[in-house]
Amino acid sequence: MNLGITATQYLEQVKNGSLTVEEFIAKTMERIKKVEGSIHAYISLNDDAISQAKQIDKKLKAKEKVGSCLGMPISIKDNICAKGMKTTCASKMLENFVAPYDATVVSNLKSQDAIITGKTNLDEFAMGISTEFSYFGPSRNPWNADYVPGGSSGGSAVSVSALECIASLGSDTGGSVRNPASFCSVVGLKPTYGLVSRYGLISYANSIEQVGPIARTVEDTAFILNIISGIDTHDNTTIDKGKTDYTKDLDAGIDGKRIGIISEMIGEGVDKQVASATSKAISKLQSLGAKCSEISLDSVKYSVATYYTIAATEAGSNLARYDNIRYGFDFDVEGYEFNAYISKARKNFGPEVTRRMILGAFVPSAGYVGKYFLKALKVRSKIKSEIEQAFKKFDLLFAPTVPVLPFKIGEKIDDPLSLYLLDINTIVANLSGIPAISIPYEIAQGLPIGMQLFANSMQEKTLLQAAHALEKTTNLPGVPI
Amino acid sequence: MTKIGLEIHCQLTKLESKLFCSCKADYRSFETNRNICPVCIGLPGSLPLLNKKAVEKAAMIAMALGCKTPQKIAFFRKNYFYPDLPKNFQITQYNAFGPTSIGHDGKVPIEDKEIRIRRIQLEEDPGRLVYEGTSEKTQLTLVDYNRAGTPLVEIVTEPDFETPKQVRLFLNVLADLVENLGVSDPSLEGALRVDGNISIDKGNRVEIKNVGSFRDIEKALHFEITRQQSLAERGIPIPAETRHWDEARKITVSARSKEEEQDYRYFLEADIPWVLIESSVIDRLKKNMPESISSKKERYIKKYGIPLQVAEVLSSDKFYSDLFEKAYNEKNAKEIANIITTDLKGFVDTKEQREQLKLTPKHLSDLADSIMNNIITRNSGKIALQEIVKTGKPLSEIISSLDLGHVDDESSLSKVIDDVFSEEQKAVSEAKSNSDTINYLVGKVMQKTKGKANPALTLDIIKKKLDSQ
Repeated sequence: MNLGITATQYLEQVKNGSLTVEEFIAKTMERIKKVEGSIHAYISLNDDAISQAKQIDKKLKAKEKVGSCLGMPISIKDNICAKGMKTTCASKMLENFVAPYDATVVSNLKSQDAIITGKTNLDEFAMGISTEFSYFGPSRNPWNADYVPGGSSGGSAVSVSALECIASLGSDTGGSVRNPASFCSVVGLKPTYGLVSRYGLISYANSIEQVGPIARTVEDTAFILNIISGIDTHDNTTIDKGKTDYTKDLDAGIDGKRIGIISEMIGEGVDKQVASATSKAISKLQSLGAKCSEISLDSVKYSVATYYTIAATEAGSNLARYDNIRYGFDFDVEGYEFNAYISKARKNFGPEVTRRMILGAFVPSAGYVGKYFLKALKVRSKIKSEIEQAFKKFDLLFAPTVPVLPFKIGEKIDDPLSLYLLDINTIVANLSGIPAISIPYEIAQGLPIGMQLFANSMQEKTLLQAAHALEKTTNLPGVPI
Repeated sequence: MTKIGLEIHCQLTKLESKLFCSCKADYRSFETNRNICPVCIGLPGSLPLLNKKAVEKAAMIAMALGCKTPQKIAFFRKNYFYPDLPKNFQITQYNAFGPTSIGHDGKVPIEDKEIRIRRIQLEEDPGRLVYEGTSEKTQLTLVDYNRAGTPLVEIVTEPDFETPKQVRLFLNVLADLVENLGVSDPSLEGALRVDGNISIDKGNRVEIKNVGSFRDIEKALHFEITRQQSLAERGIPIPAETRHWDEARKITVSARSKEEEQDYRYFLEADIPWVLIESSVIDRLKKNMPESISSKKERYIKKYGIPLQVAEVLSSDKFYSDLFEKAYNEKNAKEIANIITTDLKGFVDTKEQREQLKLTPKHLSDLADSIMNNIITRNSGKIALQEIVKTGKPLSEIISSLDLGHVDDESSLSKVIDDVFSEEQKAVSEAKSNSDTINYLVGKVMQKTKGKANPALTLDIIKKKLDSQ
């Protein structure tokens, strides 16, 4: 049995009876047990997966109504709540937290009869781009286990790439879906802010993050987006745009589309192999009829500083609730004064979270707020207006997803700043709210390179069509593991 | 000169649900930690959902206090650690980046002064701490989150008060106002809470917190004035600080100095998009605003000739003015107002009595009509009223069962008058020359009939008898 089939193929095979849900789920769980030791994509698994598969087979046999996922195995990043399962955020602070409710995206998947395989590894509270900052240990890149899988949704990308599920949900605050998708040679989409509900996504920087699908193909990504997008009465920030079928007209092509290549993302600091893959991709886009030209977005050079100022400020506030009073780890309250108790409890955050919390307490504090936080908000508006201007001239924007190839585990862990700077190509989409997608483009010396497309707000359809067109020009090898 | 400003917290107790979730705003009837959900206890992944009704009620308060309401309002996070605060930040409003709170720059007239309102903000109430155990060593701090997320309106005044008395007057007006608006029940414990700040002779500002009741804020302010004056007289500087009111000892105690003031790191709450306050909503609220207390008072005086003091009492108490509005017609308005303010208020005073009241508006109008049509006397009316309050029976039934009707029968009245004449011969002879004494005789007849004699008829017969003598 081929566990590497796409969502579309899976649905076909289950529908025509050549595959039972139980067989596929059982094999998937077997595969997980086999490869987890070397790649560590999951934090916890769904023990009921096989019995749920049997239920769906039974319904299929009885010709009862079954949801559109037909028992498809999907993994969920462990900062998204799934009822009755541990939701740890890869942190000691939530080591034993069992979510009492489903995130809207999870209940949407469940109502379409998806089977949750398990909860995937991440950088603690989604802060990082290598999945090395997990309390439960790092995930590893299936293309070469000595390398990082990217992050923070590393476990999700690994699980799709290593055939431990068909698709996954990650979250993207500064590139956390697209970065690991690029490093693991899978597709990752960050939707427009407000298109997908955040109810049940544990907040890190709530003004910029979105839940996004990670899948093998653009078509699969569109399929998942259909299920998870739309207005949600549990999230006031979701936007009502009616229902769109993102899988429809995927083949529309990009003939005549105007594509802007962002100068600041292809020049300095870009790895040679990434640069050469980028040039090849641009000529492919042109050969498909797109009109490509460079555009300079001046404020991109301030985007990393802006992002870390805003994200840290929000994180400092969002993570304040982890005081270990209502839930958390075993820790005797007796004998502590309240503030002493809180600081003691909070020492259990990992190094990256601690770093950002300290930053997040500093940049908006009295005396510094004008110099840092308020300035960051101004730059953010400037980025937004520059992006708005750019989309008057272009239908799409383009850049490599990450300026470098995957790096070795441990290589950059002591140099946070160099890690932060790798976000430069992804965070603009978060700061401006626009959608962006990373698609696998090349394997260089056994390591994946992804290309990224951006569209204007709520233009996911155009974005997916373009990504699909570029995807069709590639012919990539299967994962070695 | 003394300058006093106030921060008043008013719970919107008349709302169905909390500010950001569907738990009950009326948390008082629940067992500990039973009125909670993932949102109001800040579970990971939960998001606040704004109660639009709360925005409207807060806008009504803003309007009633003469405030401006911006076209768009926003919510902010106030970040601080406290065990009763589930998220360790409070969702509130903040005007430092321009007016975005539900109200700003209002004014309220008090006596011959105008108290300026700096701002009105909508925010969530924290949970409640419950202390158990006696000695400090065995004391437990327990948290009850039932209250967490209750809609709260904070009203901040400018330091325009000069005396604690003005503060009391203002607070009374405010309590009546929020009750009259139908947004809050000030009689509920903790529904209306007040903090003060005070300075004398341009000295440092001292904040007073933790004041349990309206009466105590007046005491606390008096204490502070005396304390600050005695420091000033001895040339000791008054430090800028926050002081807590110690209810048991009736004094204020230093809690923290200005240097220890917290930095709340306010920033925009992105989980709640900006709320557009459309002019159509403002128009609708304006149209449906309950009549203000002062306009009610004026109407009572001008239209129905109700005396000023009666009108004042009646208009400021929503419970009674509602009853009045449902009971009166043009003719009996004054009589009903009298019945309510002189008699009914005495019978129905406590909250419990008000809730269990069996009297209907119809009772009141029947009673007033009966008095005005001389079917019963005022005196009997009072007796009937007491019975109605207790039993809720119809007036006619009470009149006959308690035999309260007027003695209208000329022959029986005549007999009583004859008795009085024979007992009061001296008064009778005086009455012939001095008409003032006639009233004395009427009084005696009333006494004998236990107030049931028809006064007009009695006077008539007495006069006739005197003339014929």
